Amino acid sequence: MAVTTSGTFDASQTAMSAKARQVILQDRIFYYLALASAVLVVLVLVGVMVSLIVGAWPALSHSGLSFLWTERWSKKAQIFGALAPIYGTIVTSVIAMIIGIPVSFGIAMFLTELCPQPLRRPIGVAVELLAGIPSIIYGLWGFFYLAPWLAAHFQPVFGALVVIPVIGALFVDSGSGLNLFTASLILAIMVLPFITSITRDVFQTVPTLLRESAYGMGMTTWEVVRSIVIPYSRVGLVGGVMLGLGRALGETMAVTFVIGNSHNISASLFDPATTISATIANEFAEADPGLFTASLLELGLVLSIITFIVLALAKWLLVRGEIK
Amino acid sequence: MKTALLAGAAAAVISLAMSGAALAADITGAGSTFIYPVFSKWADAYKAKTGIGLNYQSIGSGAGIKQVEAKTVTFGATDKPLSDAELTKNGLVQFPMIQGGIVPIFNIDGVKPGGLVLDAPTLAGIYQGKIKKWDDAAIKALNPSVTLPSAPIVVVHRADGSGTTFNFTTYLGQGSQDWADNIGADTTVEWPAGVGAKGSDGVANTVKQTAGAIGYVEFAYAAQNKLSYADMKNAAGKTVEPSLDSFAAAASSADWKNAKNFNVVITNQPGDNSWPIAASTWVLIHTQPDDAAAAGEALKFFDWAYRNGKDDAKGLDYVAIPDSVVTLIEASWANITSGGKPVFAASAM
Repeated sequence: MAVTTSGTFDASQTAMSAKARQVILQDRIFYYLALASAVLVVLVLVGVMVSLIVGAWPALSHSGLSFLWTERWSKKAQIFGALAPIYGTIVTSVIAMIIGIPVSFGIAMFLTELCPQPLRRPIGVAVELLAGIPSIIYGLWGFFYLAPWLAAHFQPVFGALVVIPVIGALFVDSGSGLNLFTASLILAIMVLPFITSITRDVFQTVPTLLRESAYGMGMTTWEVVRSIVIPYSRVGLVGGVMLGLGRALGETMAVTFVIGNSHNISASLFDPATTISATIANEFAEADPGLFTASLLELGLVLSIITFIVLALAKWLLVRGEIK
Repeated sequence: MKTALLAGAAAAVISLAMSGAALAADITGAGSTFIYPVFSKWADAYKAKTGIGLNYQSIGSGAGIKQVEAKTVTFGATDKPLSDAELTKNGLVQFPMIQGGIVPIFNIDGVKPGGLVLDAPTLAGIYQGKIKKWDDAAIKALNPSVTLPSAPIVVVHRADGSGTTFNFTTYLGQGSQDWADNIGADTTVEWPAGVGAKGSDGVANTVKQTAGAIGYVEFAYAAQNKLSYADMKNAAGKTVEPSLDSFAAAASSADWKNAKNFNVVITNQPGDNSWPIAASTWVLIHTQPDDAAAAGEALKFFDWAYRNGKDDAKGLDYVAIPDSVVTLIEASWANITSGGKPVFAASAM
């Protein structure tokens, strides 16, 4: 009996330790697989940066930092300057933000504070679907519908502002809808869902207690939003805006379709321009090896650095917001 | 050129895959979009006859040159001829495959297709941004009977590198010393004015939807999209309209016999009937191909196309290479050898 007991006991013990070993092994395999995935990401990032730098080296060593403020982009003269693409990238993104931020905040405020319950889901879903439209579709729509419409109905109206001294130069009508402003407008539509969804989420983090107390004190909806919701979620909002900005800076296809692809910097919003990603997309396939290709890769490096700074700033602000 | 980075990469991957796989029977090529419609038509007929297909990636002339230099494809096709030095450096030969015409297209309220005449200096002035309005004196002088609006000219050019741009800018340089000195002729130039559109279809669509626009595309694009194209005053001072006949007239006056490596750009040719902005597409192939059988198959296909593809080319508004030139070309194929033996003669006939 004792023997049987101990035999059973032994058997179950060995069975358990076999199972335990299996579990430990599984755990270990899982650990290394996960580790490998994580390391892979870092390797890819480092690999991309290193190959960009290596590829851009002929241009980097040829023109140094003057690459950043040279406007001329000439294959014939072998002078490649990044000023026009950098200017276009930053200006389109900034205008997109100027249009996109108020609208996004408006949508988010409406959804969290004002919207009747049955409408919340449909509007929320519509905003999220906007994020799911591929950028080439925005490009085609912009090229075939938005740009001709703006050229026919919008630009002539604003073109009349030319008579105003100084800022009139912003509105000189090029006659074509493919320009800086159209690209900015398309970008504004594209960043809407990103900024809206983050804004809505941070608005919802405002404690009900605070909000209800404010309403209880007799504040109007506008006062609650202005004095309670926005100050409470300010840092998160900035983070959301920065993520939208990151998206706007790197957007390629939609912008390439509508920006007009010109390396000449012009004061007018209605003149064609170019961005870093549009320049690369247009010219890479036909670029000669040597300085031309290297300059395009250097443009890529510049864009990576700009986007990296914006995203790092966004992450930092979001983390700070959470701690607070 | 419809492609960007992605298509180039995709083409590279595909052609790599093709060369690795057991599909050696298909002829592989890459390059010019100008010749693509003809190649695909020829390829259908050739496959029906011989069972050998053509895998041609229309990724643009520049990309085609890169692909053939890297030996990922058997042949490349380019609308800009390579210089003797470039050919020697990469061990390539070139020969013309097809010819056609580039036409200025416009969108002016109240002006009918063919209702506008331009010449090289005026076109150069427009593309330099010096002639800004449609009722400019220079345009009026060429079109005394046309009522031109006082509307701004919207210049449309290619944003991507393109063989069409090379031929067009070569022609502008022939009409304007200023253009030749400051801007030059290349697949991509430093455009002083205007809007850049991607690909010939991008240029065609931009002109179509922009009042006051002018652009340039290969003739087939203008014909298929029913765009208004302009007539041109040619080198002989005669006004000609774009048609197969005027393209053929330009092609026939080209002096292929005395041109080393068939390096003749056929813009601004003499002759009363010559269309001034005519263009050719050249095929590039290695003189010492790694895969002699593949090169032989490609040459057999070209030989078939020269002899039997004339009507197909004509149907698409392209000009076939004249028989006299084909004889010169096929004689030059003797230089394409493998182990000392000509690839073409060895595998065909």
